[in-house]
Amino acid sequence: ASVAMDTESTYSGYSHYSGRSRGSHRHGERSRDRHKSRSKDSRSEKSVTINTLPAEPLLGDSSLRGEKVQDDNWGETTTAITGTSEHSLSQEDIVRITKDLEDSVGLDCRHYVTRSIAVILGLLVFFTPLAFLVLPHILWPEKLQSCGTACEGLFISVAFKLLILLLAVWALFFRPARAGLPRVFVFRILLAVLVLLFVISYWLFYSVRILDSQDENYQGIVQYAVSLVDALLFIHYLAVVLLELRQLQPCYSVCVTRATDGETRHYNLGQLSIQRAALAVIEHYYCDFPIHNPALLSASKSRAAKHLAGLKVYNVDGPGNNASAGIAQSQSRAMIAAAARRRDTSHNELYYEEAEHERRVRKRRARLVVAVEEAFTHIKRMQEEEPKKAPGDVMDPREAAQAIFPSMARALQKYLRTTKQQHCHSMESIQQHLAFCITNNLTPKAFLESYLTPGPTLQYGKDHWLGRRWTLISEASVTSGLKDGSIFLLKCVDFSLVVTSRKIPYVQMSEEYIDPKSHKFVLRLQSETSV
Amino acid sequence: MSFVPGQPVTAVVQRIEIQKLCQGENLILGFSIGGGIDQDPGQNPFSEDKSDKGIYVTRITPGGPAEVAGLRIGDKIMQVNGWDMTMVTHDQARKKLTKKREDVVRLLITRKSLEEAVKHSKGSHPRQ
Repeated sequence: ASVAMDTESTYSGYSHYSGRSRGSHRHGERSRDRHKSRSKDSRSEKSVTINTLPAEPLLGDSSLRGEKVQDDNWGETTTAITGTSEHSLSQEDIVRITKDLEDSVGLDCRHYVTRSIAVILGLLVFFTPLAFLVLPHILWPEKLQSCGTACEGLFISVAFKLLILLLAVWALFFRPARAGLPRVFVFRILLAVLVLLFVISYWLFYSVRILDSQDENYQGIVQYAVSLVDALLFIHYLAVVLLELRQLQPCYSVCVTRATDGETRHYNLGQLSIQRAALAVIEHYYCDFPIHNPALLSASKSRAAKHLAGLKVYNVDGPGNNASAGIAQSQSRAMIAAAARRRDTSHNELYYEEAEHERRVRKRRARLVVAVEEAFTHIKRMQEEEPKKAPGDVMDPREAAQAIFPSMARALQKYLRTTKQQHCHSMESIQQHLAFCITNNLTPKAFLESYLTPGPTLQYGKDHWLGRRWTLISEASVTSGLKDGSIFLLKCVDFSLVVTSRKIPYVQMSEEYIDPKSHKFVLRLQSETSV
Repeated sequence: MSFVPGQPVTAVVQRIEIQKLCQGENLILGFSIGGGIDQDPGQNPFSEDKSDKGIYVTRITPGGPAEVAGLRIGDKIMQVNGWDMTMVTHDQARKKLTKKREDVVRLLITRKSLEEAVKHSKGSHPRQ
């Protein structure tokens, strides 16, 4: 749990709102604390009055104030007191946990089965040539011709080829799985079937022509085993080409848009199936897209609500006149027409609000930069040659961070609140980052970089990697290949990504030769002579 | 004012006679020329056809002999004392104008307003 950043407030028990999701502040535990801090009196007798309230009103302030009024009245008329609850779950948390439970079991099962099939196939493939070589010695050792020089040379070749095959299979197939995809890899299935058929056909031939007839030509048998190993190496080459090399050449350009705030990026992908393309997009998403901040979306939602709230439709003609569909359509048309005619000044409000916000952010930023620069001047790295200071003076990076943190804490807190990033950074993470910067001789500007601009999701703590569970929504089958104009959605708990793909056009390039001696220049003259 | 290669150049010209003014040991005419076959015709602000490499009057000293004689800025000089000025280099033109032995230069100059005046007076009669 993240510790609240109000360094000037003290409190002992606290109770969360239980079972109520705060909409956009689902992950804002700190903001919940602050909400609690304003309306704590009526709630529980165990919480203590908070001394100083933060001066800056949060977004969603109007809803909070309304609620506060309600809470005061409620406290006066009832005597029941809710007990403090340390653990409370919102509705969304419950849904998420149940989904986690049921999905994890199914996925592990499939993963286990896949692994075991792969291991069995591998063992079969590895031991088949050895079996081919050893069985004649076991079954008919007397009839067997002795192994000459060439034959023994082939033993060495079999041994090394098997070793190479082993290493290659380990490198290609036995890597930790990156993700659990909805359907199986078509190519892997094809290759497994091919290998199985291949080995089975070799065994068939061996058992019919060699075991039954008890062939004495041992060199021929050894050569047969060598040919099997060669063919397996070629199949492995085929696997490398199909699974790894084919999608390296960029073929499609995909455009990825986040549905909530419109962040768009473009990537080049090769010929992949839709599920593998989705996986590549998700991996790029974690590196490139700035973190999803629900607090930034509430402004537009409130504006939209205001638009709708302005008009109300009354049916004057009385009910049951026309078919209900006709009424609904005419109602909505009337609303649209009225909204268009209404003199709406909300654009004006938006403009001034945004200008004001911009100014405020810049002012806070300036204060923050100055505070951090000043804080960094208070410590310096101790040189080896300096006379030994008292052990109390010498600090390790963590202590140094804790020493200079209070002087910049307030400015940083205010800045984060203005840019609505306060839920992304806990005090602990900020101090850790500060210790990291001090250890690696980073300048104040480098320290501030991660707070001034929202970074990619990778940058924040594990709990912010929201939605490691993604849903792929696609009209085409997810194992079919990516095509020009294919669209699919990647949905996660809070938002969704819309992905459209376009084929990279065929480029026809021609050449033109320029002789280096052909670069000649003359002066442009424009003289004027007076006569 | 543009020319077709191989065809004789025709233009409506005005005769201007300028008396050189004696200024110290120099004889000056009171105007400046620009252009020439060795110059960049595209930068000539007075020419109609930007490939015209003729000699143009670029400046006139107010009150000088050239202004008194009737020369105007933007005039194209076609002949100086009988010497052709349509296909000369800038330096050759300057030399022809500043001969020390002559104190009078007789110029044939052409300008757009002359052509238009002739056209209007002749009505719809096309000029060869």
